Amino acid sequence: MSEDIQSFTISVYTENNIGLLNRISAIFQRRHINIESLTTSQSEIDGVNRFVIVVNICEDTACKIVKQIEKQVETIKAYYHTEDETIFTESCMFKIKSDLLFNEPQIQNIIKESYARIVTVNKEFFVLEKSGRRNEIESLRGDLNRFGIMQFVRSGRIAVTKDQMKITELLTAFDNQ
Amino acid sequence: MKTETINKNQEVAEKTQRISGSEAVVRSLMAEGVDILYGYPGGAIMPVYDELYKFQDQIHHVLTRHEQGAAHAAQGYARISGKVGVAMATSGPGATNLITGIADAQIDSTPLVCITGQVFSHLLGSDAFQETDIVGISTPVTKWNCQVTKAEDIPAAIAKAFYIARSGRPGPVLVDITKDAQVAELDFKYEKCKGVRSYNPVPKTNPEAINAAAELINNAKKPMIVWGQGVILGQAEEELKNVIEKAGIPAAWTILGASAFPTSHPLNIGMVGMHGNYAPNKLTNECDVLIAIGMRFDDRVTGNLDSYAKQAKIIHFDIDPAEINKNVKVDVAVLGDSKESLAMLSEALNKNSHDAWLKEFKDLYAIEFDQVINNDINPTKEGLTMGEVLKQINIESNGNAAIVSDVGQHQMIACRYADFNVTKSNITSGGLGTMGFALPAAIGAKMAAPDREVVAIIGDGGYQMNIQELGTIFQQKAAVKIVVLNNEFLGMVRQWQQLFFDKRYASTEMTNPNFVAIAEGYYIKARKVTKRDELAEAVKEMMASKESYFLEVCVEKEDNVFPMIPSGASVSDVRLS
Repeated sequence: MSEDIQSFTISVYTENNIGLLNRISAIFQRRHINIESLTTSQSEIDGVNRFVIVVNICEDTACKIVKQIEKQVETIKAYYHTEDETIFTESCMFKIKSDLLFNEPQIQNIIKESYARIVTVNKEFFVLEKSGRRNEIESLRGDLNRFGIMQFVRSGRIAVTKDQMKITELLTAFDNQ
Repeated sequence: MKTETINKNQEVAEKTQRISGSEAVVRSLMAEGVDILYGYPGGAIMPVYDELYKFQDQIHHVLTRHEQGAAHAAQGYARISGKVGVAMATSGPGATNLITGIADAQIDSTPLVCITGQVFSHLLGSDAFQETDIVGISTPVTKWNCQVTKAEDIPAAIAKAFYIARSGRPGPVLVDITKDAQVAELDFKYEKCKGVRSYNPVPKTNPEAINAAAELINNAKKPMIVWGQGVILGQAEEELKNVIEKAGIPAAWTILGASAFPTSHPLNIGMVGMHGNYAPNKLTNECDVLIAIGMRFDDRVTGNLDSYAKQAKIIHFDIDPAEINKNVKVDVAVLGDSKESLAMLSEALNKNSHDAWLKEFKDLYAIEFDQVINNDINPTKEGLTMGEVLKQINIESNGNAAIVSDVGQHQMIACRYADFNVTKSNITSGGLGTMGFALPAAIGAKMAAPDREVVAIIGDGGYQMNIQELGTIFQQKAAVKIVVLNNEFLGMVRQWQQLFFDKRYASTEMTNPNFVAIAEGYYIKARKVTKRDELAEAVKEMMASKESYFLEVCVEKEDNVFPMIPSGASVSDVRLS
């Protein structure tokens, strides 16, 4: 197993219970691991939540952490994947003064070339939204920063895996016990 | 509680009744077969105590003198009986005082259910009087926890708590119940929890893994077993014995594995770890196959991992997948319940013996005996040793006592020298190393097993960490035998200061009170021994006593515990002096 630090996406299927976020994040905290991003949402199965956690660690640690997460009573299953094994994206929003849209023709080109979407425009400001890889978002931020950004926010990574997860099979097996 | 009463409670539980949440708490506990619980009342748990008052002929609440004492007493109860220990406390400081015991139970896999009262749900998060986020605080040290804010959720939460605490790898759980949930009414019907869909407590043993393990063992020239508490928790003592005897494998134990297999057995080669025996530590790095059973390769067992059993093929039996390859990379992992997997292993093993290999252990034991053990248990110097006290206890108990030890030098001496014929007889704080554990844990142990002799072996430091529990011993008439081995030092820390800090004894010397007077203040029979010629008779008197008894033995102030693997050193660098 490689000792190199790399980016891993940890996917966790859980019951939807209060306190579970705390329980899972504590596993990273006690090993002094910084969580790069954490997203939690409904999964493909009703009533089952999915955490997507991005951390920079070595594979050996990823393997141990996944087992310690899976050990939590309300965790159904946990996995770790490299970037190559997942399809992932992030989402971001920019709030920018509306004047710029009309006074700086370059901005319109930037928007067009970056495939960003204008969510709303009013007299004071307009809002841009973009989904993509981190470097695309960072590049767009760099381009827009020259003109001034009123607000910027970026979501955590969301990811689906190339491999099957087979959570439904696991739950069916339990129900049939 | 008598079996008929338990059955009656279970019958009652099956009919639906309109009762209060607090009564539901007590009825749920009774439906789980709880006969004793340990705790301390306070504002947010008072409705439950009111119900405990009504049901006092059916369920015995033991008032400890501190909530930490309640948690440790529940641990002692669980460790000697194999049943779930129950502790109860109020919100805020009551709940936080349980934490050390809960953390201890978590790291030592002890089944506990802790019930805490909580402020009214409308006050949650408002910094109300005695409000603390005990669910948040206890999360990292519990197997599972939850907060109940509605009366109707109480029975299911308690049922789930007991199921999780006792199943698979056991552990502590905490159920926090708001006061409004205790006061409100519900239609009570108790159904035991039979499973949780996201939780697989016992992985199925893979026959292929058993075959792979058996093949390695059958071809081994120098196999060695190291078993841990997993054998006791899995009630696999008989299966372990069968494996050891059939394949003729020298077998060593971790501190929490002690007593699962008799110390007197010729294939029992002693304790591994920092202060374990010389032979099993040294020969860990000589064996060709290391069979780890229900143990977790703690750093106190392995020393430096880079030089731990590198020459050996390693087989690891464990119920917890997270333990596999956590500290030591293994060649064969056998997941599952130890009782089942050891029975399967035994079937697959060839009958064998390893006399020459066993002799290597016996030869190293002889060296340890000459250089360490003999001086510890048959001393000729003037000062008393801890080892000779243990020897006298062995003589009086015939190796049948449950030894409850605290943490430090006396603990290592107790575990090294106590004779164990009976399983579940070594009750000690292994993983967390909690000073103050022994006195309350001994209370719980004695109350769970009143027919057994329970001897608490405690240092003068740890004794004073929960000395208030003498009040519980007195009130409950718990016939615990308390031995304080007094060296007027925090001995283990002092030993390290001597060896690794050039004898700078920073804050380890203790000026102690009159311990006999304190025990007598609680009306406990007490005696102090300072000379060797008084020791045997004093231990005899203590062991013969039908009531609780306090014995202080003033031992040599600056004795050290050896063998010792210095922190970070290899098991083969175990020192005899």
